[in-house]
Amino acid sequence: MQVLLSPEQLDLTIKRLAYQLLENNENLSDIVIVGIQPRGVQISNRIVDFISEISAEKPSYGLLDITFYRDDIREELHIPKETTLTQSIEGKKVILIDDVLYTGRTIRAALDALQDFGRPQKVMLCVLVNRRFNRELPIQPDFYGIAIDTTASQKVKVDNEHNQVVLY
Amino acid sequence: MQLSTKHLLGIKDLLPSDISLILSTAQQFKEVLQRPIKKVPSLRDVTIVNLFYENSTRTRISFELAEKRLSADTINFAASASSVSKGETLLDTVNNILSMKVDMVVMRHSASGAPHFLSKHLPDTAIVNAGDGINEHPTQALLDAFSITEKLGTLEGKKILLIGDIMHSRVALSNIYLLTKMGAEVMLSGPPTLMPKYMEAALGVKIEYNLKKALAWCDVANVLRIQLERQNQVLFSSLREYNRAYGVTSKLLSEIDKDIVIMHPGPINRGVEIDSDVADSKNSVILKQVENGVAVRMAVLYLLSGKKELSS
Repeated sequence: MQVLLSPEQLDLTIKRLAYQLLENNENLSDIVIVGIQPRGVQISNRIVDFISEISAEKPSYGLLDITFYRDDIREELHIPKETTLTQSIEGKKVILIDDVLYTGRTIRAALDALQDFGRPQKVMLCVLVNRRFNRELPIQPDFYGIAIDTTASQKVKVDNEHNQVVLY
Repeated sequence: MQLSTKHLLGIKDLLPSDISLILSTAQQFKEVLQRPIKKVPSLRDVTIVNLFYENSTRTRISFELAEKRLSADTINFAASASSVSKGETLLDTVNNILSMKVDMVVMRHSASGAPHFLSKHLPDTAIVNAGDGINEHPTQALLDAFSITEKLGTLEGKKILLIGDIMHSRVALSNIYLLTKMGAEVMLSGPPTLMPKYMEAALGVKIEYNLKKALAWCDVANVLRIQLERQNQVLFSSLREYNRAYGVTSKLLSEIDKDIVIMHPGPINRGVEIDSDVADSKNSVILKQVENGVAVRMAVLYLLSGKKELSS
């Protein structure tokens, strides 16, 4: 097992991502931050908390479950988690947040799901870990914490309990 | 996690974990139904036939809407307008429909056990019981449970009263199975001629013939319809007499002075089993039940569809 981000590095990375999102989006009232269930939520919660801390306002924020939009539903049945995205995303800039970008299929499903909530002006993708190899769809992040090159047999895990990111 | 069964024939066959899974999945579908676009692509590779051998308004529309919200293709079949009147058997009809590549069957039939019979002959097709004779109506019990949970937070320890024609009500039997499995207390009230007395010992429910006492006991009163179409002998003398003895009236409720959640599976016979002002009161969740029905049926269809094995 290899530690990709130690607790100190992970804290700094979250803060950097929060600053990057602010840097690229002057007007907080234009953006809606969307955490992808289940594992993007821990990351998006922390980023949103930090943005609220360093800026005067709290950004518009919701959770999105993509279970019903998956393309592997006939291979394995997934159980849905809660979606709390109730605000309109019509004409807004949406920032999708997930923990790890790998094949790109989750983000593909999330883009499909977002369409049912309105027509955003723009959709951006922010991930903690960008696994650059083995992408199966033409999807790339706009913001990422770290980029790593791994083989398909390896696994990347954001270990929220120990506040670190590991490769095993 | 998935259901322990391939078909939904009755609540009797479900585990408590199955019921919890259906109800929690329905919660997520209810959110889907609040979106600007109330449709998900989950079942776009699935074709469903709705076989209705008996009349229905709510259940048929609710299933069809649930199927469409899941992007399934649907075929509607009403026995009265089909070759059934030319003498075709149930199994022949269904086999003919299935040979056109249909994946799931939603069936209502006036004969108890009809969907069970079908499931024995068609093990590979998911069959959903939409009401069979006087046996079960599982999706109604599930949507009733969903509505109670939404109103009271839980089923466990809650006191649920079923009033009326228990004998001929498939809603009653499915509700009894479900509620007792989920740890609720169930009481039945109604005329002795419409009360199957075996239920007390066999199903672990209470029976109370005095409606006022029964209402004073309960948190939720589920008022059932008098099923005149299934009664082939005189079981009570007149609808007016029934209303006087077992009709839920605002006068009766005001004497008890307690907030009781009022439910009814529909269609309502206003002025018979329930008075209009009670059915339309603030404690009534009758229209909520109908609304929740779509989400619950979406959950059932979604969870049963996922079982299909893909050959790659």
